[in-house]
Amino acid sequence: MEKLRTLWYLRAVAEALNQEMHRDSQIIVMGEDIRHSLRGITKGFIDEFGPERVIDMPISEGAMVGAGTGAALLGKRPVLEFQISEFVFFAFDQLIDQAQKIRYMSGGKLSAPVTYLIAGAGAKGGMAGQHSDNPYPYILHGGIKTIIPSTPYDAKGLVISAIRDNDPVAVFLPINITGTKGEVPEDIYTIPLGQAEIKRHGEDITVVAVGHLVNVAIKAAEKLEQSGISIEVFDPRTLLPLDKKLLKESVSKTGRLLVIDDSNRMCGFAAEVSAFAAEECFEILKAPIVRVTRADVPVPFSRVMENYVLPDEEKLINAAKKMLKIK
Amino acid sequence: MKFKISKKFAIETYKKLKLCRRFEEKVIELVNSNEIYGTTHEYVGEEAVAVGICSALELQDFIMSTHRGHGHMISKGADIKFMFAELMGRANGYNCGKGGSMHIAEPAVGILGANGIVGAGMPIAVGAALALKIDNKKNIVVSFYGDGAANQGVVHESMNLAAILKLPVLFVCENNMYAVSTPASYSSKLKNLSERAGAYGFEGLSIDGMDVLEVYNTAKALIKKIRSESGPFILECKTYRYSGHFTAEPVLGLNYRSDEEINLYKAKDPVISFKNILINQKICSAEELDKIDIIIENELQDAVDFARNSKFPEPGDALKDMYSTDYEGIPQKGWKS
Repeated sequence: MEKLRTLWYLRAVAEALNQEMHRDSQIIVMGEDIRHSLRGITKGFIDEFGPERVIDMPISEGAMVGAGTGAALLGKRPVLEFQISEFVFFAFDQLIDQAQKIRYMSGGKLSAPVTYLIAGAGAKGGMAGQHSDNPYPYILHGGIKTIIPSTPYDAKGLVISAIRDNDPVAVFLPINITGTKGEVPEDIYTIPLGQAEIKRHGEDITVVAVGHLVNVAIKAAEKLEQSGISIEVFDPRTLLPLDKKLLKESVSKTGRLLVIDDSNRMCGFAAEVSAFAAEECFEILKAPIVRVTRADVPVPFSRVMENYVLPDEEKLINAAKKMLKIK
Repeated sequence: MKFKISKKFAIETYKKLKLCRRFEEKVIELVNSNEIYGTTHEYVGEEAVAVGICSALELQDFIMSTHRGHGHMISKGADIKFMFAELMGRANGYNCGKGGSMHIAEPAVGILGANGIVGAGMPIAVGAALALKIDNKKNIVVSFYGDGAANQGVVHESMNLAAILKLPVLFVCENNMYAVSTPASYSSKLKNLSERAGAYGFEGLSIDGMDVLEVYNTAKALIKKIRSESGPFILECKTYRYSGHFTAEPVLGLNYRSDEEINLYKAKDPVISFKNILINQKICSAEELDKIDIIIENELQDAVDFARNSKFPEPGDALKDMYSTDYEGIPQKGWKS
């Protein structure tokens, strides 16, 4: 009998990493302030695993990602923690041009099994333009496998799969769900990459929601139910590889697609999902595809403007009603 | 006599120097005749660095190379048959024709890869050294970089990281005096780029990179120290490339170097200088070395023929090797079939 406990989202991530590190001595963790654990994932790891496996980094994201790749080439399975999501920009060549391309360019001779934990992703409220991004569209464009778990249960199972994967995997941990709790088994389990999950079944609209917006979509769906609108909430969980099979099934059933995504609209994840549905489900669609995304501006500081540019429950509800021409 | 040279070392070293030289000259021919697709960055003139450094390494040591990497590959033990096959885009090339000149990798002989991005190999080399240190191995990593790469941000990050973690890595700066057309004397106020080591808290040294004996003997001593956990070191080898930054450069008429300067370095040619030492010191006879030259020509011709007779990949192989796991429809093609 599996033992279920209620865990905070980040504790589920920490437990996944901790249990994997006990299982596989090749796993090392690198990041800024990870000994004292600013982000709370690696708290106590230094005492448990020692300084050879828990390596604090100077503020050198490019070198950190490159070093992760190099250690991986020689058999290590590094897990790198980015303190905030914008720091990936510093390491872009090392992520996209090196780590991700190395398997392909070497004809499969080299591989970089590295996990990038991008903790505290997204707008935290009042952090303005350089501490609020969700840069996963860049990462996806570069071909890096990317997961965004929306519940503590998914977080543990997906992070374990990411660590065991033989390619680089980016794990975005949205700041807006780090304060949520959920049931998590104590035992080790995995959720395979590339498997989406219908988080709520419905008939009228398929709402593809990413990360913290899964919870937002579920809440919106409950409210829309009162207006007689039945929402299916589709959580891709893995953005690359995307579970297109389940997506097509869901859109084929509802005939409508609404994508809510907290990244930029221009070439964002919502654009890719929409293009897929337009190509694959056009004959079935009963209404134009709708996207609810961030505005294409940096996140502004002032609360009133911040709320204006970010996707939220109200914007989703309005979009869904408009889609069904219900006031 | 500054250094004692054994006959075995003399023959092996001469052979490597000459092979690096002739390989590149052949590559230039094949690029110009369009048998090699694209362009490459030739190593002609810099052979003493790769041969000197790699001769001081063991098979289990690793190198991280650059965009100008053919000499490093040959010196570390790559087979020129599979190098030519890769350069000619064949399926049996070292990397299935997916990498080409700038991405040759062969971990079996310790080559962690060339790199198309200047300076980008260095943090990867540092990470490899980290893995060696964690595993208590006595092997080291050599990270080759140029005078141009010396000014990349990630190079500074990497050297600092190697210093604080005291990693077994030898940073070999191949200062060939130009980053494409920009002189190293313009890009840095330092006379010797090895002086940068002091900024990270370790040592560096600058030597004549045209002299294979000086490179080899210096590297041998440094590598011994690094194996005994001394931490990183910068060895700057001052050298010169005879040809342009890349094969097609002559057509651009950039004219950033004088013939006089090029001839000055050609007078110190690493292959001819070493040959003269061997003959003058009666370690090898001219006839013996001529015989080696013939062997090398035959090897080269065999390798080129091998590549010419090898099959091209299937076009659809372009979608393979992207991920370790197969996913249906991923990676996507750019069109619907």
